[in-house]
Amino acid sequence: MGLAGDAAIVGLADWKPARKYAGAPRFTIEQFAELARLALEDAGLEAAEVDGLVTARIGESSNFVPATVAEYCGFAVNFAELVDLGGANSVGMVWRAAAAIELGLANVVVCAIPGRPTPIRPGSERVLDPRWFYGASSPEYGSPQAEFEIPYGHLAQNAGYAMIANRYAAVHGYDPRAMAKIAVDQRTNACANPDAVFHGQPITVDDVLASKLIADPLHLLEIVMPVHGGHAVVVARRDRKPRWPHRPARVVGCGEHLAIKSPAYAKDLLSTPVGPASELAFRMAGVRRDEIDLACVYDCYTITVLLTLEDAGFCKKGEGLAFVRDHDLTFRGDFPLNTHGGQLSYGQAGGGGGMSQVTEAVRQLRHDAGVRQLRRCDTVYVSGTGGVMSEQSALILRGEA
Amino acid sequence: MTTRSSDPAFAKPLPLATQTSAPFWEGLRRGEVCLQRCEACEAWVFHPRSNCPRCLSTKLAWRKVAGTGRLHTFTITRVPTAPFFADEVPQMLAVVELDEGVRIPSTLVGVAEDEIVIGMRVAPVFEPTVGGESVLLRFTKAWAPGPR
Ligand SMILES: [Zn+2]
Repeated sequence: MGLAGDAAIVGLADWKPARKYAGAPRFTIEQFAELARLALEDAGLEAAEVDGLVTARIGESSNFVPATVAEYCGFAVNFAELVDLGGANSVGMVWRAAAAIELGLANVVVCAIPGRPTPIRPGSERVLDPRWFYGASSPEYGSPQAEFEIPYGHLAQNAGYAMIANRYAAVHGYDPRAMAKIAVDQRTNACANPDAVFHGQPITVDDVLASKLIADPLHLLEIVMPVHGGHAVVVARRDRKPRWPHRPARVVGCGEHLAIKSPAYAKDLLSTPVGPASELAFRMAGVRRDEIDLACVYDCYTITVLLTLEDAGFCKKGEGLAFVRDHDLTFRGDFPLNTHGGQLSYGQAGGGGGMSQVTEAVRQLRHDAGVRQLRRCDTVYVSGTGGVMSEQSALILRGEA
Repeated sequence: MTTRSSDPAFAKPLPLATQTSAPFWEGLRRGEVCLQRCEACEAWVFHPRSNCPRCLSTKLAWRKVAGTGRLHTFTITRVPTAPFFADEVPQMLAVVELDEGVRIPSTLVGVAEDEIVIGMRVAPVFEPTVGGESVLLRFTKAWAPGPR
């Protein structure tokens, strides 16, 4: 049962994150095509070999999204999927591609999430759309969030994550300095990654705690930095080529879990869906937690990292803060985490945020991560998180022997 | 650029009752908290639904409850969660667990920041919206001891 590990990530593309992209705006489908071209080139594959695609939502069409993308890119596919898991899209896309390959539906699957600016219709001006403020909350008529949360100010993400952090503090205790250290260690990683948006800008625990309080207890530097960018990977049957340009990253385990849209209704606010998702992934892969060389954890907020470390089983529930204090989470450390800098310090390109965790995992498995390269990297854990810890997914990747 | 004051899309969002939820909002207008209870599996249900989220039964009956409970968690917003709430910052956003076990997203009112303790008893406050369109269910610290 589960994945046999016959599918692997064989190509990737990262657009260097930028606070403000300086180039011309392009439509999502144009960005998808360009990211696909770059990732296929990296894999040494031809466009004509693509027979599967996985996409997130696009700006140019609200429905029939995979067909719109396939036609634009010129792909004739046997597997087409639109994934709608927010920040868990990245991980969710990769395992769906791997599953389709193992089922024999496809051989070469492109997964891309663009995040650069898109053009506006000529003659119209860029107006401030109030819908942008809602973030993960739906203001549509009949949406429980529109009716029971938004009128009170419960909307978007900051407050939800902050309420989870406060509940954690009440149940398990809190150490703001340990929480800040999560951001500091990732900034150290970003300073070893020339592509990171905060490269060359180290910070200290005191800097984090002195940054603006956004929603108690979360400070500005504990919250993701939105950037422009984009990422893509190509997942293929590992035996499609006798030799690949880069070491393939086999997809050997996956899991996904979701039960609620709003954290208010979570059965246990501190037992996040990444728990069951990770348990499935580890069990499927037959990998122990202590065999993981690198953890690429979705880090929209410091609290997301803390709860993922606990719920994924790297430490016990309630011991996450001690774990963070006791371990060096940098690329030089004993528990390397988000060696590219994470969304907190590498940057999150919109919905593509979590895909940088996947591409960093692959780069480290290829031993192609520059000065931040881990000495040993054969097995990587990757997580994705959507909404306010509503949908979460996990992957175990293994470098080809 | 459209100015925010002239654009109704930038007005503070109000709850819009549905056929299913109307008894909840009508209850608040009377100063009552009403919840659905599943007659098949006895689950208390919030938010209001057509089917019980535990057993999918359609036999959901409205019951008046005390509206008291405990503070499950909270945050104090130092920047508005959206421009619509700029006039309310700092907001004490809260999740309350009613004595029936259901959780309700809301806000705390009439409480000083340093009085807020997770687990404290809370009581309902029925607050009409500015234009009188609806009554919102907010909570405040309860002084009378409640069930533990
Ligand atoms: Zn029921």
